[in-house]
Amino acid sequence: MGNRLQFATLVFGTIGIASIPVAQPQARTDEVVVAVAANFTGAMKTIAAKYTARTGNKVTISYGSTGKLYAQIKNGAPFDVFLAADAQRPRLLEDEGRALAGSRFTYAIGRLVLWSPNKEYIDNKGNVLHHGDYRHLAIANPKTAPYGAAARDVLLALGLWRRLQRRLVYGENIAQTYQFVASGNAELGFVALSQVMTHEPSTRGSLWHIPAGLYRPIEQQAVLLRSGRATAAESFLSFLRGPEARTVIESFGYATPPTSSGANHRPRQTVRKK
Amino acid sequence: MTVDLAPVWLSLQLATATTVILLVLGTPLAWWLARSASWLTGPIAAVVALPLVLPPTVLGFYLLVALGPHGVIGGVTSSLGWGALAFTFPGLVIGSVIYSLPFVVRPIQDAFQAIGQGPLEAAATLRASRWDRFFSVTLPLSRRGYLTAATLGFAHTMGEFGVVLMIGGNIPGATRVLSIAIYDHVEALEYSQAHLLAGGMLLFSFMVLLGLHIINKRLERIGA
Repeated sequence: MGNRLQFATLVFGTIGIASIPVAQPQARTDEVVVAVAANFTGAMKTIAAKYTARTGNKVTISYGSTGKLYAQIKNGAPFDVFLAADAQRPRLLEDEGRALAGSRFTYAIGRLVLWSPNKEYIDNKGNVLHHGDYRHLAIANPKTAPYGAAARDVLLALGLWRRLQRRLVYGENIAQTYQFVASGNAELGFVALSQVMTHEPSTRGSLWHIPAGLYRPIEQQAVLLRSGRATAAESFLSFLRGPEARTVIESFGYATPPTSSGANHRPRQTVRKK
Repeated sequence: MTVDLAPVWLSLQLATATTVILLVLGTPLAWWLARSASWLTGPIAAVVALPLVLPPTVLGFYLLVALGPHGVIGGVTSSLGWGALAFTFPGLVIGSVIYSLPFVVRPIQDAFQAIGQGPLEAAATLRASRWDRFFSVTLPLSRRGYLTAATLGFAHTMGEFGVVLMIGGNIPGATRVLSIAIYDHVEALEYSQAHLLAGGMLLFSFMVLLGLHIINKRLERIGA
């Protein structure tokens, strides 16, 4: 009898322990779970460390393509905050009632570069795209990754999209795209400037800063999710808007929107009627 | 709704190529594993079984490094003028051959072991040569093993995902196989296309396993 009771305690105790963190990770108010677009990985790590040092609140980070994270949020993923690589998905989440209306703001403006780890490979006009003898040009999946969509914009604008079809390889997010190029499997690729900035200047290889007119601006927006109940979530978002985070964001090669005087960063609230 | 069926065709090609290669390479390997008394059989059998337990990310990672221009395999293919093999169909075949190796070698090896020495010695007393013994005795007696090996190798390659995701590059017509296409559709929230392909895959896998079971039963009854 006693043995059986012990056994039951053991079993249910184990189940109980195992289920706590899985069932409700966002219930703790001193922890914020953030879904982050892959291009922001480097900056996010630094910002999270600074935020934790400042507040003592823990930050848990999930990385992925904006499209994948959006699909996961739609299907109930337990995130408090979503840092997307575009404005479209956060807006959709707001329209669908999954994000708190009015919480949306632009935290960074991304810059696309054509990059190769080889120092001499890429000229500052991108002529290599036309004349290079490369076999593989890596871009992120345009369907799910905003940097991939931007890369497609560039190739369309240069009139190369059709011609290069057979040389394109697709990373499932911008991190994998970067990794394809960094490992040498693709000679060059369209990646985020922020990814190249994580390198020391001496090992940065060669890159072409794509002129802004060739692709739609990569306005990266953050949004507070309804599923997130952590009070830490709001404090994290205001930290993300603050000067300390802006400095980090800019140091990774992003532009930041004009400093918020309150109304500035509030995106157009003209709700599109359906 | 339009569904691109090219990934299905590509997966079938990949699975066929992989299965054929594995049956050819797997036969001598399985024979050696079944018959040799060498102490090396232990370590080699463990290596063959590794893909069963390793996460596809480990294989994918090593393959990506090995197939790249500075890698062991990629260096050789590059110097031969074929270029690096990541993001190519041959690259996927190499990955799949490694990934599905145990599913083909193991059933053949089991079949060889089940035959035992008796029939082969009997054939030898009838002056059958080594090759003759193999083709007239061993192979026919191992046909159930071969059937299982081919089916599992084929089906396992059809369902391969992680390795392809890491070394494929998602290129239509070259490396966008069925499982990748499904993943792509899900990510892009194209659920109806995903449903169609995923449902087809489910049905296919079920039919393959059911077919294998039925044929095996029949072979058992006629005493093979």
